[in-house]
Amino acid sequence: MPINLLVPVCLTYVAFLFLVAFLADRRARRGGRRWLGSPLVYTLSLSIYCTAWTFYGAVGYAARSGLEFLTIYLGPTLVFVGWWWILRKLVRIGRQQRVTSIADMISSRYGKSSLLGVIVTLISVAAATPYIALQLQSVTLSFAVFAEAGSFGWTLPDTNATALWVAGGLALFTILFGTRNLDANEQHTGVVIAIAVEAVVKLVALIAVGVFVIWFVADGPGDVAARINASRIAEWDLVPSRWAGVIALSAAAVITLPRMFQVIVVECGDERNLATASWAFPLYLAAMSVFVVPIAVIGMQILPESANPDLYVLTVPLSQGQGGLAMLAFLGGFSSATSMVIVASIALATMVSNHVVMPLWLSLRPTREVTGDVRRLVLNARRFSIAGVLGLGYLYFTLSGGSEALAAIGLISFVGVAQMLPPMLGAIFWRGATRLGAAAGLCLGTAVWAYTLFLPSFASGGVLPADLFSHGPFGLSWLRPQALFGVSRFDPLIHSIFWSLTLNTAAFTLVSLFTFPAPVERAQGLAFVNVFDTERAGPRAWESRDLEQVETEELLILAQRILGDEAALGFFETSAQGQGKAGYLPDPTPDFLEELERKLAGSVGAAAAHAMIAELAGRSRVTVADLIRVADETAQIMEYSSTLESQRAEMERTARQLREANEKLMQLSIQKDAFLSQISHELRTPMTSIRAFSEILMEGDVPPEMAAAQARIIHDEAIRLTRLLDDLLDLSVLENGTVQLDLRLASLNELIDKGLRAAGQIRPDRIFVVWRDLPSEALFLRTDPDRLAQVFINLISNSRKYCDALRPELRINVKQRGARVIVDFIDNGSGIAKEKQHIVFEKFTRLTDQNRAGGAGLGLAICREIMANLGGAIAYLPAQGGAAFRVTLPLRLEKHPFADGA
Amino acid sequence: MARHAMLIEDEPNITEAIRFLLTRDGWQVTALADGLTAEAALRDARPDLLILDTMLPGRSGLEILVSLRADPATADLPVMMLTARGQGRDREAAERAGADFFMAKPFSNAEFVAAARALAGEA
Repeated sequence: MPINLLVPVCLTYVAFLFLVAFLADRRARRGGRRWLGSPLVYTLSLSIYCTAWTFYGAVGYAARSGLEFLTIYLGPTLVFVGWWWILRKLVRIGRQQRVTSIADMISSRYGKSSLLGVIVTLISVAAATPYIALQLQSVTLSFAVFAEAGSFGWTLPDTNATALWVAGGLALFTILFGTRNLDANEQHTGVVIAIAVEAVVKLVALIAVGVFVIWFVADGPGDVAARINASRIAEWDLVPSRWAGVIALSAAAVITLPRMFQVIVVECGDERNLATASWAFPLYLAAMSVFVVPIAVIGMQILPESANPDLYVLTVPLSQGQGGLAMLAFLGGFSSATSMVIVASIALATMVSNHVVMPLWLSLRPTREVTGDVRRLVLNARRFSIAGVLGLGYLYFTLSGGSEALAAIGLISFVGVAQMLPPMLGAIFWRGATRLGAAAGLCLGTAVWAYTLFLPSFASGGVLPADLFSHGPFGLSWLRPQALFGVSRFDPLIHSIFWSLTLNTAAFTLVSLFTFPAPVERAQGLAFVNVFDTERAGPRAWESRDLEQVETEELLILAQRILGDEAALGFFETSAQGQGKAGYLPDPTPDFLEELERKLAGSVGAAAAHAMIAELAGRSRVTVADLIRVADETAQIMEYSSTLESQRAEMERTARQLREANEKLMQLSIQKDAFLSQISHELRTPMTSIRAFSEILMEGDVPPEMAAAQARIIHDEAIRLTRLLDDLLDLSVLENGTVQLDLRLASLNELIDKGLRAAGQIRPDRIFVVWRDLPSEALFLRTDPDRLAQVFINLISNSRKYCDALRPELRINVKQRGARVIVDFIDNGSGIAKEKQHIVFEKFTRLTDQNRAGGAGLGLAICREIMANLGGAIAYLPAQGGAAFRVTLPLRLEKHPFADGA
Repeated sequence: MARHAMLIEDEPNITEAIRFLLTRDGWQVTALADGLTAEAALRDARPDLLILDTMLPGRSGLEILVSLRADPATADLPVMMLTARGQGRDREAAERAGADFFMAKPFSNAEFVAAARALAGEA
C-alpha cells in the first residue's frame, strides 16, 4: 500500500462526501424529505458520538484499563433507553421553541438571557478544544503509521505540520459544507446524510478489522477467548468509583455535547425517530464495541511492547501485510474524525454567531433600523468561527505536546460540557430554577474544571508550574489542583468530576432558591417544564393592543434582511393567504408575529429575534417584562388571560374580515355604476370635440389653416376613441376567457428587449437607466409572446412615466422557480402608497391627478387579465424601495388555462 | 364692452372649441385648466358667465360651485355646468349646488351659444 496514495484517497473520500451532501440537499429542496428524515438516518447521524477517540482510542483504552472502555458506551445507552424521560422532552422543547443550539436553549429557558448564551458558548468552545485536538492527533498519528510502514522514500513532515494541514483542510471542508446557506431552522439535511454515510463507513471498517483479527490472525472465537484469558485484560479489576463516575459522565455528555445536541435535538425532523433510536443507537454502540477487546488482545500479543495501543486498529492489519484492510481502517478513523469536526464546529459556529456576534452587532449599530444584508454578516461570522474553533484545537494540540492517550483527552472535554447538565435538567424539570442560579453554577463548575483538569492537561507543555501540583498555589496545600480540600484518594478525573459538578449543582440550587425569577423566565420556565401540557405559552415581544401600530411592511423589510428576499416574501404571502388575504402583507396577528419571531430565531437566535420584534412591535412603550408583571401575578393567570386575549383578537379579526367583505360587496355595486359612468365620460369627452369642430367645419367659413388644425383635432380624438374601444374590447375578451392565444416558443430576453424598445418614446428627454441580468434572461418560454410583451411594455411605460426619482432607474430581475418564471420590474421612485396598492389593478384607476399623463386607466387592468390568461399573475411587491411589480408565469404553457373551465 | 366668459375645463381640445365658438359670437374668453386656481381668478376677473366642467383635477366642479354660492360676491354669478356623464343624478346634484344651466357633452354648437347668451342676458 503506497503511502503516497493516502492523500489522494482522503481527498477522493472527502469529495465523495461532499457530493452526497450536495445531492441530499438538492433532494430535500425538491421535497424528498421523507427518507432523508427517516429513523435510520437519524440513528446513524447520532453515531458522531463515536469519534476518532472511540475508533482508535477504545482499543487503546481496553489495552490499558481493560473493560473500563465500556463505560463510555454504557452512559449513552442508559440515556437512550430512558429516552421517554429526558430526550423526548428536549426534542419537543427544541421543536416548539425553534432552538438552534444548546446555548440557545439555555438562554431561551432563562428569560432569553444573552449573558447565559455567552457563558454556555464560551464553555462549549473551551470544552470542544481538547476534543478537536484529539481528532487532529488521531489523524496525524494514523498518517505517521503509514509513513513508517511505507518504504517508498516518502517521509511524513513533522507531526505539527501534518496537524496544521489536517486542521486547515477540515476547516475549509466544514466551511464549504456547513455555511453554504443560512437555513431558516438550522437544519442541515446534506450534512446529516453525509454523517450517516460516515457512520456506516466507520462501522464497516471496525467490523472488518475485528473479523480479520478473529478468523485470520487467531483461529476463531474459541482461540480468541483463550488468548483473552491469558492476557493482562483478564487480570484487570473493577474500580467502582471510576465506573460510576465515567458512566455518569458519558451519560451527561451525550446530551450536553454541542454536536450531540445538534444532531439529537436541532436536526431531529420527527419526534418518533427517537423511539427507533432508543434501541437502534445502543445496538450501534454495541456493534462498535464488540471487537474492541479481541483487537486489543491480539495487538498486545503480536506487536512489540513499544507499539502505541491507540493505533492497533491500523498496525495489526499492517503487520500482517494487509495494506487494503489497513486503508479501510484508516478511512474509518478519518470518517470518525471528520464527521465529529464538521458537526461540532457547525454547532459551535452557530452559537458564536448567534450569542456573541449578533448581540454585539445589535447593540453597536447606531439606529434601530436593520440595514444591510444581515445574512452575509451571520454567514461570515460562522465561517470565521469555524476557522477559529479549529485554530484553537490546533493550538491545544501543539501546546499539550500531542502525547497523551486519546481517551484521556476525550474525558477532559466530557467533564467540561457536563457542567451544562445541572442548568439543563433544571431548565426542563424545575420551574424555580433562575437565570442567576444557572450562571453561578456554570461559572463555578467551569472554573473548577479548568483548574483541576483542563489547565493541568497542559502541564507537560509548561502552562502551569510543576510545584503548583505538589504544594498548591501560594503554598496553600488544600488548593492543590488534583487534591482540593485535601481529598486525594480519587484519581484526577474522578476528583474533577466530583468537585466541579458538586459545586456547580450546589451553587445552581442555592442561588436559584434565593433569587426570584423575572417574569419572562417564569413564563419560559412554565413553557419548558410543562411542554407536553401547553402548546404555547411563550412570552411575547408585544402586547395585543400594540398590534394596531405594527407596520407589516416594516416587519417585511426586517424579515427580508434576515431570511432573504424570496424566503421572506414567500413566508408573508403564505401567512396572508392563511388569513384569507391576497398580496404580501398579512395582518399583524399574535399568531403571525409569534411565527415570525420563531422564524427569525432560527437564523439569529431567540434573544436577538425577540429584541428585534420587540423594537418594531413594542416601540418605546413599556417593556415586555413590565407588561407581563402587570398582567398577572401567577403564571396560570397569565396563561388564562393570554388565551382570552388571543380569542378576543381572533374575534376582532373575524369581525374585521366580515366588514371588509361587506365593504367589498358594496364597492362592487358602486364600481358597476362607476364603470358605466366612467365609460360614458371616456366616450363623450372625445366626441364633444369631434362634434363641435365638425359643426364648425360644416359651416365652411373658417380660414384654411385653421380648418386644417381643427380637422387634426377631430382626427386625434377619433383615434383616441378607437383606442379606448380597442382596450375595452380587449378587456372584455380577456375577462371572458374567450381570447385566442397564439402559443409558441419565445426568448424572454427578446421579449424584454421589445418591451424596452416600444416604451422608449415615453418621456424620451429623461435619462432612464435600466439594469438587467442578461444570463438569467436566457430562457425560452412557451407562451403568447405578443400578449406578454404587451404586459412588459405597459410596466416599463408606467415606470418611465411615473418614476419620480432624480435619476430614474429600473431593475428587471428574472428568476426561475421550478416550472415557473418570475420577472420583477423594480424602479427607484417613491412607489405606490400602501392604501393605493390594492386598487392599481382596477379599471379606470389613475393614481395621479394628471389625467393627461395616461390613457383611460385600463393598462394595469389589462395586464392583470393577460397574466391570468397566460396562467400566471401580476402583483405589486411592497417594500422594495420603489414601485415594484412581479410577473409570474409558467415556463411552458401547454393550453389555455380556462379551456377546461368552460 | 364685450361680454366676458370664464371657462374651467381640463380637456384642451374642448377648451379650444368653446373658445372658438364664443369668440366668434363676440365674447372675451378666459380659460383655466384646473380647479385649484379657479376661485381666486374668478374674484379678480368678475366675468359675466362661468362655464364649469364637472370633473376637474384638483377640485371638482361641484365643490367650486358650492363655495362660489356661499360667497356673497359671487353668489349671483350665472354658471353653466358641463358634464360628460349625462346621468340624471349628476344634473340633480348640479342644480342643488346652484347651477343655472346644465349642458351635457357632446352638445350642439348653436344650443351652446344660445344658452350662453341667455344666461348672460338674464344677469
